[in-house]
Amino acid sequence: MKYAVIRFPGSNCDWDMYYVLRDQLKVEPIFVDYRETNLPIDVVAVIVPGGFSYGDYLRSGAIARFAPIMEDIKKFAEAGNPVLGVCNGFQILTEAHLLPGGLRKNQHLEFICQQQDLFVQNNQTTFSNQFKPGEKVMMPVAHGDGNYYCDDVTLQQLRTHNQIVLTYSKNPNGSVADIAGIVNEQGNVMGMMPHPERASELVLGGTDGLRLFQSVVTRQLQK
Amino acid sequence: MIELQPREIEEQKLYQQWGLSEAEFDKVQELLGRLPNFTETGLFAAMWSEHCAYKNSKPLLKQFPTTGKNILQGPGEGAGIIDIGDGQAVVFKAESHNHPTAVEPYQGAATGVGGIIRDIFSMGARPIAMLDSLHFGPLDNDHTKYLIDQTVAGIGDYGNCIGIPTVGGEMTFEDVYQGNPLMNGMCVGLLDSVQQQKGAAAGAGNLIFYVGAKTGRDGIQGAIFASAEFNDEQESQRSAVQVGDPFAEKMVMEACLDLIENHADILVGIQDMGAAGLVSSSAEMGAKAGFGMDLNLDLVPQREADMIPYELMLSESQERMLLCIKKGHADEVIELFNQYETEAVEIGTVRDDQQYILHQHDEVVANVDVKALVDEAPVYRKPSSRPARLDKESTGFEPDTSKVAEVLMDLLQQPAIASKESVYHRYDSQVQTNTVVLPGSDAAVIRVRNTDKALAMTTDANPRYLFLDPHKGGQIAVAEAARNIVASGGMPLGITDCLNFGSPEDPEIYYELEQATKGMSEACRQFETPVISGNVSLYNEFNGQAIYPTPMVGMVGLIESMDYVTTQSFKQHGDLVYLVGETKADFNGTEIQKMQMGQIEGQLFDFDLATEAANQQLIQEAIRAGLVNSVHDLAEGGLAVAIAESTFDNEIGVDIKLDMPASWLFSETQSRFIVSVSSELQADFEQLTGAKLIGTTGGQHLAIQTNNSKINLDVTTAKKAWKEALAWQMK
Amino acid sequence: MYNVKVYVTYKASILDPQGEAVKMALHRLEFTNVQAVTQGKYFELTITKTTQSIEEQVEKMCTELLTNTNMESYRYEIEELTTEG
Repeated sequence: MKYAVIRFPGSNCDWDMYYVLRDQLKVEPIFVDYRETNLPIDVVAVIVPGGFSYGDYLRSGAIARFAPIMEDIKKFAEAGNPVLGVCNGFQILTEAHLLPGGLRKNQHLEFICQQQDLFVQNNQTTFSNQFKPGEKVMMPVAHGDGNYYCDDVTLQQLRTHNQIVLTYSKNPNGSVADIAGIVNEQGNVMGMMPHPERASELVLGGTDGLRLFQSVVTRQLQK
Repeated sequence: MIELQPREIEEQKLYQQWGLSEAEFDKVQELLGRLPNFTETGLFAAMWSEHCAYKNSKPLLKQFPTTGKNILQGPGEGAGIIDIGDGQAVVFKAESHNHPTAVEPYQGAATGVGGIIRDIFSMGARPIAMLDSLHFGPLDNDHTKYLIDQTVAGIGDYGNCIGIPTVGGEMTFEDVYQGNPLMNGMCVGLLDSVQQQKGAAAGAGNLIFYVGAKTGRDGIQGAIFASAEFNDEQESQRSAVQVGDPFAEKMVMEACLDLIENHADILVGIQDMGAAGLVSSSAEMGAKAGFGMDLNLDLVPQREADMIPYELMLSESQERMLLCIKKGHADEVIELFNQYETEAVEIGTVRDDQQYILHQHDEVVANVDVKALVDEAPVYRKPSSRPARLDKESTGFEPDTSKVAEVLMDLLQQPAIASKESVYHRYDSQVQTNTVVLPGSDAAVIRVRNTDKALAMTTDANPRYLFLDPHKGGQIAVAEAARNIVASGGMPLGITDCLNFGSPEDPEIYYELEQATKGMSEACRQFETPVISGNVSLYNEFNGQAIYPTPMVGMVGLIESMDYVTTQSFKQHGDLVYLVGETKADFNGTEIQKMQMGQIEGQLFDFDLATEAANQQLIQEAIRAGLVNSVHDLAEGGLAVAIAESTFDNEIGVDIKLDMPASWLFSETQSRFIVSVSSELQADFEQLTGAKLIGTTGGQHLAIQTNNSKINLDVTTAKKAWKEALAWQMK
Repeated sequence: MYNVKVYVTYKASILDPQGEAVKMALHRLEFTNVQAVTQGKYFELTITKTTQSIEEQVEKMCTELLTNTNMESYRYEIEELTTEG
């Protein structure tokens, strides 16, 4: 039962994820290099951490999606296993078409790092079952390209299938419909701009993020 | 670029354009026993510049205490190192990037950050935090707003991308920085096992490796520019700006840390290619070890065609490091760096003598004694004279506090005092998930993972005080940094500095430099905080107008237990509020003087290091005894501003009664703290500190009563004004 | 040998915050008749001739990497260089 943290060149929240998994959740994390072609056999969940893969020089996440490991991540996701992309990870998952829409430059054009209040819109997913419906939670954001975009048809689909999991209480970046985090239609792939790993210890300002990971772990244990 | 013949260089005095004086050129000839060729002249000009050789500041830097029981490495390496117990050490250094930032603020600031990060990881330490110290002209100027916006973007984008949290800093706004803004950065790193690296290249036959980005013509003569004054005419000349690539640096950093951690047996030395690029890194590495080297410039990775040796050696292309590797291990290094998609190229070998020899196209293009290049730069003690302004009679400024609440509201919106949130929100302050105290308190606090320890860090400069009294101002700069560390629960460990001054050729400026460093040295001795690293940036002038003397002090303190971590905000209603330290009518050089008179003037108030140390001691003891809920040091704006700032975070009001005139609310007497204490600990706290109870926390109002005035403001309203003022003035 | 220029912009329906910011700045400089600004990316590619059609290749580069077709549109110009040696 390993939790894979994918490392791309330029990932920089990889260790943050690793420590939360190991020290707070007491599960077994394992780093998987982007050049690998297969996930280790005993991986039960994949996490694509934040950072600036390939410097984000073309478009955030655009180059990472061609990394060798992505093929196996796609297969892993298609088999219904949980995949979580945070920040740059979210950007990569949209570029890889594992999630709909895309992330634009923040509307005010500036990078924004702050404690961010969010609303839990759907607490029935693999990633949110430890929250109460409509609960207000805090997880920090830190991004320059977090402005979620999708066209009206897609937005309607997201709503119809209850795919919007987290919304901003005060939209920091111009995202469509205040979207902070979504899942795919099957509900096993989640992308989010806020950083749950930065809200997983009281000493760092809160533990709401920890409950997101606990949701995944709880589901695993129920299997 | 045309390479002149040695005789032509002498006749046309080309060396003068490159910053070498006639006497210095003569000394080069004497050392070589012949005329230097074009390349060699360039090497000497760069290595003997103020930026590389400290030729004007060296005698003054000697005053600084640089050793101590925990100091593992003082000045002279990439960065200083201090033992923090458990086999761990903290590594830090500050550096200025003023001139590049003035020319191209985004890239100037970004590459400043990149350079200082390389200094840290070249010591084998993982960078854990960045801080800055920024000084600009007033915000009524569109170009200044542009400079600030781009500087902040440059700092943020670099640190954010590479994944090092930017956790603290400071900003001031004065006319003197209009044409010559200051960008100082500080990087802090953690060494997990005390196995520091030295930038030395020893052992004949060992290999010199070039790793990282390719060399282009960018930033050529950066070190020389950094050692010259600005004027309008030179604006167009200052073109060769370096461009930063944080992604490349991230890869170089991970590769170098891997090499140091896991292949220490084959690594002899490592150094960043910073100012004066390849020549300074290679020559310094050789000279330090007492060995010369042969470098084959044909092997240097090049981004542009037909680069001449002068350009290759002086380019300041970014994200490059130089390594000395034991012979026979080339393949290991190349393979390791390839893992990180980074180029590593063997470009030379260590010689058994001290000759520094450059080859290109099968010809020797330079052949000089490496010690001459590095250690023989002349050192000057310049004439110094006391500026007349220091002896001018004070006008006896007294603040107008007839509308005291308005004065406080106005002060809270002064850009120097107003919240810097609109700036630090653009920095990722939390990556690495160790930031315990976020930007905005007295000092940032980073925990040391897997221990109960944390590190407090701050940058401080008080240019106004230094302008009125460089000696006392120098003392205060260090004292204030220590005060911030102590208020956060830390024990000051040591400092790094950036000495930003005008031209040392001006005796009055040299006097400022002399007095400021003297004051800083005295304070460093008092607080037992040796200077472990730093840099000097002189010639900060624009059209003949020098900046205020601006020594930036970067200090790191050790918080021995997470229980001691303390912030400035009031925590709960019903706490008792104390003022530690005496208040006097100290108004010259203060924020209120600037606000009400439009300038600062007069004699700076008294300052006593012993009192400062004693008050800091009391705070340390109170924190360790678990007696306090918040501590805030008093700085710009004085008591009323500090009280207001303490109420903002948690929006907890306060009711204060003071036995003093209203004007004293804005005095900037040093060595003071505002402390809040749970009521049940009243007796213990008073017995320990003897401090004066001045009020209680609670409610929604900021209520301050003096002998002749009353302030009663809504906390939320005051907070909003303070919080939004800077963003509003930047529009 | 071909010289290919690729222009990438946000789709017309999508707010381009950078373009908007530039427009505002131009207005401040009193170029008040500026109606719209689109900021985009520009790539210049030098490509050697192969058996595959150049148009097909460039089209593929655009859809697979150079643009995010969810949000961005692209156009390109292909110039065949005569000085091929």
